[in-house]
Amino acid sequence: MVDAVRARGVVKRYGAVEALSGVDLTVPTGTVLALLGPNGAGKTTMVKVLTTLITPDEGEVQVAGVDVRADPAEVRRRIGVSGQYAAVDEYLTGFENLDMVGRLYHLGAKRSRERARELLETFRLTDAADRPSKTYSGGMRRRLDLAGAIVASPPVLFLDEPTTGLDPRSRLDMWELLRGLVREGTTLLLTTQYLEEADLLADDIVVIDHGRAIAQGTADQLKSQVGGDRVEVEVAREDQVAAARAVLARTGHEVSDDGSRRLTVPVTGGTAQMVELLRALDDDGVALLDVGLRRPTLDDVFLTLTGASS
Amino acid sequence: MTATDRSSAPAQDRRDHLMQSEALRGSHAVLDGLVVAKRNLLKIKRVPDVLVGTLVAPIMFIVLFRYVFGGSIGASLPPGIDYAQFLIPGIFAQTVVFGATTTGAGLADDMQKGIIDRFRSLPMSRMAVLVGRTTSDLLTNVIVTVIMTVTGLLVGWRITSSRVEALAAFALFLLFAYALSWIMAFVGLLIRSPEAFNQLSFLVIFPITFIADTFAPSDRFPTPLRIFAEWNPITSLVRAGRELFSDATIPVTSTAFPAQHPVSYTLLWVAIILVIFVPLSTRQFSRATSR
Repeated sequence: MVDAVRARGVVKRYGAVEALSGVDLTVPTGTVLALLGPNGAGKTTMVKVLTTLITPDEGEVQVAGVDVRADPAEVRRRIGVSGQYAAVDEYLTGFENLDMVGRLYHLGAKRSRERARELLETFRLTDAADRPSKTYSGGMRRRLDLAGAIVASPPVLFLDEPTTGLDPRSRLDMWELLRGLVREGTTLLLTTQYLEEADLLADDIVVIDHGRAIAQGTADQLKSQVGGDRVEVEVAREDQVAAARAVLARTGHEVSDDGSRRLTVPVTGGTAQMVELLRALDDDGVALLDVGLRRPTLDDVFLTLTGASS
Repeated sequence: MTATDRSSAPAQDRRDHLMQSEALRGSHAVLDGLVVAKRNLLKIKRVPDVLVGTLVAPIMFIVLFRYVFGGSIGASLPPGIDYAQFLIPGIFAQTVVFGATTTGAGLADDMQKGIIDRFRSLPMSRMAVLVGRTTSDLLTNVIVTVIMTVTGLLVGWRITSSRVEALAAFALFLLFAYALSWIMAFVGLLIRSPEAFNQLSFLVIFPITFIADTFAPSDRFPTPLRIFAEWNPITSLVRAGRELFSDATIPVTSTAFPAQHPVSYTLLWVAIILVIFVPLSTRQFSRATSR
């Protein structure tokens, strides 16, 4: 089966600044790819290249089997896009917004109206359908924006930070809507700063930083890249942090801290090694508030990878 | 939707796409443009304060100029020429020109809010947003012109020419403003901030509409301003309007081409502006993307 998105060696420069320096990515049809990276990493630029909003300086990009440079108009017929902020017209009602998008996809007047009603229903906006979207809450606006992106039932959907700025409840809502679309067969590429979101939604994750893809894999693959379990301790007293760090360093691994009194070190020996470390800490008289053995999270992956590359 | 639907849809799309002639693409520019124009007009309906401002300003100008400056400027006009006859075409010109700046402010606003990105990701004509914007601003200018005509008639302005000539005059004002809209579109897309656009356009448009035959005869201006006014298309637009609205001629001393052939000179400007700025704005639209 043709990959829904296939990008090779994408380069985009703004003057002397290279926003993207040779990014490769592939999204097999029917799967979800999360583009993960800090602010300014190049996520939005990449989405704009994939959705024909900007032309790359170098590289090859195919979306839904069509080359973005050779036939951008055809690509636009096959994709849905929702940008970083909700691109809805605040003076139009929810219905008018969707009806307009339908007409601009050339669905025809009747079909555009039907589709608008349908989507308002699916996205639980029927009650607000005839109110200007200016009066909507952030979550409602975001839902309307997503509805706008799928008016023409595009096979490939691009969402740039779909849940940024949403409250936790609206975020759960959005995730549920996205899962529904994926179940129906939509290929989804989304960018996010939230590791939890990538972990939950994506089949595959590409970590991007300084315009380069620095890692790719499933959440589990990425986690195993940064090693096994971690022992995390919270030291009771500030003046004992250095002593605790020295003990943990005996494992031979780098000890990381979160700037407060919480220290983390990768271990290979599981609980046995944790007990050993606790004994050593106790021998040195270090008092602990909290201790735990945990699997690496995507946060560890992210910090390890982006920390190493900067 | 089933899996088979999905896989066969692109093939069908491609056949449709191939069948699309250039003519159909051209009609898309118009049809998509109308969808966008409707959206802009709905906005005016939802926020009528903007239109009220646009309407009140020219009424205020007509009344102020007619009664505050009318006495003194009118005294300097050739005998037999009433100041209202002189003034109203000038106000028409200034007002429709300011009306045209709405195009730039509107597009800059859409840029800032990210709506342009949405439009650009849709399979619509590249020209549609610009066609739609310039069309809705033209319609606004039509409404404003009707209001000004009524106000003008109330303060003593009279159309003394034939109906055809009068219609030609109205058409010329609107056509000139429409052409200017395409310049404003280009600048608006370049500037991206409606506030900055409005300040800039005011600073440029205000003097251009004043250093012309708009409110006072330009032959008494200091020489550099007089020469500027003579070649300023606003002067020729205003003079063309006076000529077409009235069967009495206001004598013009200058022998330069614009003074002798105000209608042709104005149409020449319209043509030049459209030839340059329609493609230029369309290209700018295709490149423009919010940051």
